[in-house]
Amino acid sequence: MTKGFVPERRPRGAAFIIAAGLAGLAVLLLWDAAGLKQDGGYAGVGPADVPRMIAYGLLILSVGTVIAGIKGDLPRPPRQAPAPVFWILGGLGAQLALLHVLGFVLSGAILFGCTARGFGQKPLWRGLLIGLGLALVIYGVFDRLLRLNLPGGPLEHLIFGG
Amino acid sequence: MDSFSLLLQGLETALQPMILLYALVGVVLGTAVGVLPGIGPALTVALLLPVTYGLDPAGSLIMFAGIYYGGMYGGSTTSILLNTPGESASIVTAIEGNQMARQGRGGPALATAAIGSFVAGLIATLLLAFLAPQVVKLALSLGPREYFALMVLAFVTVSATFGDSTLRGLTSLFIGLALACVGIDGLTGASRLTFGVPQLMDGIETTTLAVALFAIGEALGVAAMTGPADRLHRISGRVTMTVQDWKRSWKAWLRGTFIGFPIGSMPAGGADVASFLSYAAERKLTKHPEEFGHGAIEGVAGPEAANNAAAAGTLVPLLTLGLPTTATAAIMLAGFQQFGLQPGPLLFITNAELVWGLIASLLIANVMLVVLNLPLIGLWIKLLSIPRPWLYGGILLFATLGTIGVNPSPVELGMLILFGLMGYGMRLYGYPVAPVVVGLILGPMAEQQLRRALSIAQGDWLTLVSTPVSAILLTVSALLIVVPLVLRLMGRGKVLAAVAGDSD
Repeated sequence: MTKGFVPERRPRGAAFIIAAGLAGLAVLLLWDAAGLKQDGGYAGVGPADVPRMIAYGLLILSVGTVIAGIKGDLPRPPRQAPAPVFWILGGLGAQLALLHVLGFVLSGAILFGCTARGFGQKPLWRGLLIGLGLALVIYGVFDRLLRLNLPGGPLEHLIFGG
Repeated sequence: MDSFSLLLQGLETALQPMILLYALVGVVLGTAVGVLPGIGPALTVALLLPVTYGLDPAGSLIMFAGIYYGGMYGGSTTSILLNTPGESASIVTAIEGNQMARQGRGGPALATAAIGSFVAGLIATLLLAFLAPQVVKLALSLGPREYFALMVLAFVTVSATFGDSTLRGLTSLFIGLALACVGIDGLTGASRLTFGVPQLMDGIETTTLAVALFAIGEALGVAAMTGPADRLHRISGRVTMTVQDWKRSWKAWLRGTFIGFPIGSMPAGGADVASFLSYAAERKLTKHPEEFGHGAIEGVAGPEAANNAAAAGTLVPLLTLGLPTTATAAIMLAGFQQFGLQPGPLLFITNAELVWGLIASLLIANVMLVVLNLPLIGLWIKLLSIPRPWLYGGILLFATLGTIGVNPSPVELGMLILFGLMGYGMRLYGYPVAPVVVGLILGPMAEQQLRRALSIAQGDWLTLVSTPVSAILLTVSALLIVVPLVLRLMGRGKVLAAVAGDSD
């Protein structure tokens, strides 16, 4: 929940980064729109025009963000602990990389374990074990019963068969 | 045929055993996610979209609506006992409800929330049944330009009117609109912003975006927060209300209902806005002003009734116009589209059985919910004792399950992580996430209506303001951007900030 910030009256570096990101997105939209065939038909408005309008909107908002940043009108985030963020991102990344190698259950167990570790659960192996159990149940219910197509790996083949 | 006989026919559909089962699953899931902090109805419906792909459309939609209603019930439990809102529409409930729990009056607080939700849900669903056909009649006379104006109004109310900053709300909305451009243009077939990646041709999946913003962004935010967690207040005593409690509650329930329903049914923001306004009204009208801030029962009864009534109200524009005004409604719209159904006036003609079955099911779901939330409240409280590492580990596992189920490609999971990081950043700097989702879903629809309207008028932009309806709607939209800006400049922004909705 992002509530109760006290705006601080001094320029905020984050505002300029956000503004740059918005402007970058706008440039991307404009660059892509430039490559589209202008095919307005009766409307006079083709596929490239709405992205252009959105890009102009983003540019205006980017300028607004810069102004808000100079005035210090952006909420100051509370202190963040970086380690949990890296644990969770690491878990997600591992799942992405290993999904098709290890299958849903094992990669899901890794994600669960890393997330639990990020939330302060130690030791890591306990989270991995609980994750393994949960992922097995989920695989059983969703892949077998509800026919959702989840990628299987060696473990899934071993337990549930082909 | 009049609404009443249509509703009776709907009840026939709704009482089929399979449909009852779907409704039950929906309300149970909805209550669970309402109770659990960190997941709300929007996320749950998004997660279930891929799972229900092969199931019965009517049943699935009834389940989604059950989740929406259930979330409104369950959210109050967490607010009262934990002082952490289970979902955004229960933020106000936490103010008085948690005070009551601290004084050992948690039981009556839970009871007035549940009964108030029931009363409001019942009245509002009946209002929905009688109002919807009237709106449908009106909707049939609307053309593309009126639809475009309505969507602009929805964009503005979702992003700019409430919350603590017009700038940040609009920024969120435009990020959503930009993401909506990705994929094949519906009118000409040109592929936009795909950069030669075939997975991007279909556009950005609603499920992926919603799950990333709501689940992963939230998990990262909660994990990175430093500071002690809120303590759970056990309820001591019984979940019964005294005569005095009843006397003080019933008027608040009714007032909450009649504040919540109109707010929900106009594109004027969702349940969180309604619950805040109801709280403000109760505070003004109370005979016990000294109790406010220290556990006044009206302050729980009113907002809880209001958020349920607003949830029902939200279904009016969703079903009759195809216009989602909250994140949950936006994802439900994606659910309709998944089954090849387009909500709007025609749905009442082509799929009358489904629509009336859905509305009737809501009446039944309401009865199920009051049973689930009063006698069985103890079970739900147990959910709150799940340790956070397990809870969030499970949430992330389910979150990725949704995406993997749709499309197990590294590109899709990569987008999930990317948008998750974006969601975390947005949370950090106070950008609301709901407008991104609404922008993604409503953006392409608004673009189509705009281009259709301009086609009809041979490219004359003045057509957009050439009928009274569209002119008024666009003027109201413009005012809704300008007035809050002026209010904030005059230093009156606090009121608006207090109504800030976070997710659902």
